[in-house]
Amino acid sequence: MKKQWRLSSSVLVLLGALALVGAACGGDDAPASGSGEGGALRVAIVAPSASDDLAFSQSMVDSVNALERAVELSVTDGTFIVEDAAAAIRGYAEDGNDVVIAHGTQFGGSLVEIAPDFPDVTFVWGTASDTQGLDNVFAYAPAAGEGGYVNGSIAASLTESGVIGVVGPIEAGDAVAYINGFEAGALAGGASEVNITYTGSFGDVALAAEAAEAHLANKVDVLTGTAQMVVGAVGVAADAGVPWFGTQANQTSLAPDLVVASQVYHWEVVLEEMLALRDSGVIGGQAFEINLANGGLVIEFNDAFELPAGVRDAADAMIEGITNGTVNTGS
Amino acid sequence: MGDFFTLSVLVATAASAIRLATPYLLASLGETIGQRSGVLNLGVDGVMLLSAFFSYWTVLGTGNLWLAVLVGLVVGLAMGVLYGVITVRLSATQGISGIGIFIFGLGLSDLLFRQLVGTPKPVRRLPNVDVPILSDIPHLGEALFQRNLLTYLAFLLVPATALLLSRTTFGLNIRSVGENPQAADSLGVSVERTRFVAILIGNAMAGLAGAALVLQLGIFQPNLTQGLGFIAVALVYFGAWRPVGVMGGALLYGLVNATVLQWKALGIIPVSGSDLANMAPAVLTILALIVLARRVHAPAALTKPFTRH
Repeated sequence: MKKQWRLSSSVLVLLGALALVGAACGGDDAPASGSGEGGALRVAIVAPSASDDLAFSQSMVDSVNALERAVELSVTDGTFIVEDAAAAIRGYAEDGNDVVIAHGTQFGGSLVEIAPDFPDVTFVWGTASDTQGLDNVFAYAPAAGEGGYVNGSIAASLTESGVIGVVGPIEAGDAVAYINGFEAGALAGGASEVNITYTGSFGDVALAAEAAEAHLANKVDVLTGTAQMVVGAVGVAADAGVPWFGTQANQTSLAPDLVVASQVYHWEVVLEEMLALRDSGVIGGQAFEINLANGGLVIEFNDAFELPAGVRDAADAMIEGITNGTVNTGS
Repeated sequence: MGDFFTLSVLVATAASAIRLATPYLLASLGETIGQRSGVLNLGVDGVMLLSAFFSYWTVLGTGNLWLAVLVGLVVGLAMGVLYGVITVRLSATQGISGIGIFIFGLGLSDLLFRQLVGTPKPVRRLPNVDVPILSDIPHLGEALFQRNLLTYLAFLLVPATALLLSRTTFGLNIRSVGENPQAADSLGVSVERTRFVAILIGNAMAGLAGAALVLQLGIFQPNLTQGLGFIAVALVYFGAWRPVGVMGGALLYGLVNATVLQWKALGIIPVSGSDLANMAPAVLTILALIVLARRVHAPAALTKPFTRH
């Protein structure tokens, strides 16, 4: 029995080592230690899904890469398990990073435990509307309902059946804001019905695809969705020739002829503000929002998709109206 | 509720159930063969992930869907060789080894995707093929006989697996080494070889399941299966180690998921009740297992490594 236990342990160690090597090579580009090259700011991101998911996680990686100052970036992604994320957040803080970004609402509980142990490190946490009273934490959130409203109103101008479908993950965070904004915009734009499906998963691509199929069976002729699992739903929309509206990142590459527009998160707008505060000695304690007015939310249109005459102008006018406060999205 | 009972919606729900059931069915049938020989493989999900990735990568590079299916099958076989060496040749504990295979498949598929692909890129999906005459049957034809070839294969493998297990010498050997390997050995049946081949078949089918999943979706992303392989293992218990029962379980699981999605789309399940409804397939499976646990018996030598006395 003992021999057998040793054998299975050896096999497991071998497999575990291979898996860990895979995880290490794929998800973490952290330098061993020390300050950034040439005095660059050392920034680390801990994100729940893949850093190139064309959605939530990618939006933050792209934003940090868009910062104007020199940054040495490390990323640990795919941390759907909060305990794994907590270990990565603490590890980055111990490793001497200047800024650690905990990119997920669910990581807030871990930050309450970790942030006080590293008073010189700036933790950046979102999506969240407050810092939980922590002096070295900046919080951030998107006004996702604004872009949702714009997308919804454009969608209303494209539907012939009057029925629009939405594929959402779990009813939480910016997904709810986007979907509620989209619904309000679509109904205000003249759609008769907006059918919303929350699949219950941020990662189940197959379920998202079938949710889109279910919408198509119910007269839906325009679709949208949010979170990283929508790649499956976009495929269904593309096969059916149904227009798609994206959010979080530009999803045009998933269906170049059918993605109408994407609401893209530009977190760098608020990250620059946070870093400027950090330079002045304020390392946390404030909450920020990206929105259409401050340029943190941008509606990126796909020029390959031909919108009916006047729709693009109306959308631009609506964006302007939301920006200057004359259009109320209800969010 | 009335909207649900229209022919077009019912047909769409049935088609969705069959699409969802296909990967479960392929993986569960393979696992049935393995378990009937006495080998539990909790690594099905990892095998599916690796096969799904390599199938996706193949079609991304070549555009050839059938080469991608073949690659998925071969990757499954290769993982079968690894699992066979671990559990049969080295007599390692099956449960823990299976978890190791799962972690290995999860990590390696993630690594390879990041290194070789990066951002998700859509690929061609398996086309639906109409079965002559049958596909023309009103409504039923659209739901059942306008599916892709891997779906047809999955359902054809149900009677094939049943025949293999009940009517062939090799099938009898599989069952005998799963029930009483000492007796089978004393009668001249090679327990090691029989189990090894059963593992190869099971893993090859898990490989096909991974290929079917990714080629139905037309896209890959890390952890694509979302635990589908573990549900497939549960469906073997649900189906009482019989191919027809496994098919019933896979179809039921797919149908419940498809119905919940349709009801959400129609607003029959309100957004506020969405989370509760998401639990339906799992609750159903657990209830079925509780009921069946009293009526059926697992292969007597399941999970027990064979050592000749």
